[in-house]
Amino acid sequence: MDVTIRVQEADFSLADEYALLAGRAEVGAVVAFVGLVRDVPGRLAGMTLEHYPGMTEKQLGMIVAQAGERWPLSAVTVVHRVGELKLSEQIVLLLVASAHRDAAFAASQFIMDFLKNEAPFWKKETTGEGAAWVEAKDSDAAALLRWSRE
Amino acid sequence: MASMTIRVLYFARLRDVLRTSEETLALPEGATLADLVALLVARGGDWATEFGGARVFRAAINQDMASLAEVIPADAEVALFPPVTGG
Repeated sequence: MDVTIRVQEADFSLADEYALLAGRAEVGAVVAFVGLVRDVPGRLAGMTLEHYPGMTEKQLGMIVAQAGERWPLSAVTVVHRVGELKLSEQIVLLLVASAHRDAAFAASQFIMDFLKNEAPFWKKETTGEGAAWVEAKDSDAAALLRWSRE
Repeated sequence: MASMTIRVLYFARLRDVLRTSEETLALPEGATLADLVALLVARGGDWATEFGGARVFRAAINQDMASLAEVIPADAEVALFPPVTGG
């Protein structure tokens, strides 16, 4: 399994990253996920993303490795941005390549569920009223339960 | 009892509230994360509010998520931070 993990301030190109994964003889399916900066109805100006350098890359690597043990994957790319992001900008890219779509879909969900709970990133939203740290959602933690039941 | 030195890092909202991003502390050898937290709570004020049970926080030892019962190795890098919100 080829693994690419990057944490960066710069934007990324879905097309460029996809081109690096597609076209391998054994790959029959590539699932792509892009997370975007979403509005808090009518008031979000942007956000700042902070992370824990070193631990972030380590945790993402462990999550992807666990997915690779569960499903037959050919390649996984994770690119997560940090720093100042404006409304509708790209935050995170996940590409999962496999021989079959079922593995690619399932592994994508698995990786995003664990990224949301275990990768040390924090969002601070800026609105007209000032800046505030985003609180973690219970629904993100609950999403992990589906992987322990199976 | 012999003591050891550890580095403690604070991130995101915790760093802002505590006005501290990093500090070096001496702890007895064999101390757990719970012992470290008790030491911080004893400082009172925002430290007690954040680590005294009223608010949820997460901890890592040497860049792996850790529970309060875990023993901190000498020269460890310990991090304390709010539940994560990436993705």
